[in-house]
Amino acid sequence: MFAASALNERNRRVEGIYKALFGLMTVLLVVPVLIILGVLIAKGGPAVSFEFLFTPPTDQGRQGGILMPLIGTIWLVVVALIASVPIGVAAAIYLSEYAPENWLTRLINLAIINLAGVPSIVHALFGVGAFVVFFEFGISILAASLTLAIMTLPVVIVATRESLQAVPMAFREACWNMGATRWQTIRKVVLPNAISGILTGVILEVSRSAGETAPIMFTGAVTFLPFLPTGVLEPTMAMSLHLFTISNSVPNMPDEIKYGTALVLISMVLIMNAASIAFRVYLRGKKKW
Amino acid sequence: MVTPDPTAAPSATSDVKLSVRNLTISYGEEAILRDVSLDVREHEIFGIIGPAGSGKTSFLRSLNRMDEVSDTMSVEGSVLFSGRDIHEVRNVYNLRQRIGVVFPLPVGLPLTIYENVALSPRLRGIRDKSTLDETVERCLTRAALWDEVKDRLDALGSLLSGGQQQRLTIARALSQDPELLLLDEFSIAVDPVTTMRIEDVLRDLKQEVTIIMVTNLVQQARRLADRTAFFLNGKLVEVGETEELFTGSVQDQRTRDYVEGRFG
Repeated sequence: MFAASALNERNRRVEGIYKALFGLMTVLLVVPVLIILGVLIAKGGPAVSFEFLFTPPTDQGRQGGILMPLIGTIWLVVVALIASVPIGVAAAIYLSEYAPENWLTRLINLAIINLAGVPSIVHALFGVGAFVVFFEFGISILAASLTLAIMTLPVVIVATRESLQAVPMAFREACWNMGATRWQTIRKVVLPNAISGILTGVILEVSRSAGETAPIMFTGAVTFLPFLPTGVLEPTMAMSLHLFTISNSVPNMPDEIKYGTALVLISMVLIMNAASIAFRVYLRGKKKW
Repeated sequence: MVTPDPTAAPSATSDVKLSVRNLTISYGEEAILRDVSLDVREHEIFGIIGPAGSGKTSFLRSLNRMDEVSDTMSVEGSVLFSGRDIHEVRNVYNLRQRIGVVFPLPVGLPLTIYENVALSPRLRGIRDKSTLDETVERCLTRAALWDEVKDRLDALGSLLSGGQQQRLTIARALSQDPELLLLDEFSIAVDPVTTMRIEDVLRDLKQEVTIIMVTNLVQQARRLADRTAFFLNGKLVEVGETEELFTGSVQDQRTRDYVEGRFG
């Protein structure tokens, strides 16, 4: 009664082929990541030490550590976060909670998606024109961070909107039915349940901007500075540009410093990603519905 | 067995809580409820029965102007609530606060049990802790839930069982001090025993509030409703004393067929 027919046999073979195919693709996806990390750890690991992180680079980076670029990247990311999060979150709240469903809203949403696709070098040139020249910030952390902020705004908006829309509509309807205004509903029910997702999503997206080079290289990052910035109107070194410079423009650069710098940069991004994913998993466990 | 004359002036007599005239509800171009006129009396349970898609839920939504949060739903006609045209009420939030709503599937907000019930008073600006405590206890008691949850008011409302959540939403609706309570198939996700408890609660409540109850369970309308309206295919077929509807002295054959379970 349960004897396999020819069709059953064929289905089983096809099933096996597809499973193997999809599995293989997954392996192919993971392999490059592992190779990159493996090579960086093997070749750069020995160079990375407490001293390497907190010693200023000397001799165009051939000696010493990466203190200035490391601190500079933290400046850039933090100022970019301060600029993009309030604007992005507010815009996402408007689009998700207030905007009527019409052609204008659809157009704005389409524009946001397209903005995410603008090449970073175009953002960089916009940043030069707008922040460095027009607003007269000069080559500065502020100009570079605002350029990063504009570049990351679309992803901030999309991440926020997704978190907001993950809050069931029924909760909003229940609140509105009680006579709550939109803002009361957002404040009492929507935001408390979305804020963690918003924060993790936003940090995740913005931390990626730590690795960007093009948007900052004309607007605020310089190849060498012997001191740390003391304010946002000063230029700074940055990890990504430093790596680009020492890999490309400095002759007789010791390999382990290049690999070590790359390892620190990728670790910064990975650590922030991991922290944000861990935070998300923790919060998912506490989900209230 | 009198359907109000649509051409007559809206009744403003004191025992009419809600007076609906020529109400038409559309989604986009399509009218899903046409030309409904009826009166709901003060302190009665007014049942609405009818098959799915007959416009019952949309009718409820139009009563507290929830059509305004929808991009496609539009409403024509007039609704007098306590003698005032709801479409001329400037403060729609105040209107909605005076009308409690209970949904088919219980919506326990992701707040504690206490906060679920205290939310409406808080929205109205009540901050005094003892007033809030008193409101929470009173509303949970009236919704027949207090004894089950009094020791864990800080637990999440959304983690209660379905039947408890539905009583929680009733308590929440009562915390609005509503004059009108709209129930949309409240027992759909609730076990029969809890349904009976809630029905008892409703019988008591009608001393204080007017209740409009949409139900798919014809027998539930018979048990609870003082008067019942029958909606079919976007039209009000007739309104009558519930017992008359069920004992056969109805004008319309379609009503008789529906209550006797011959279609629907």
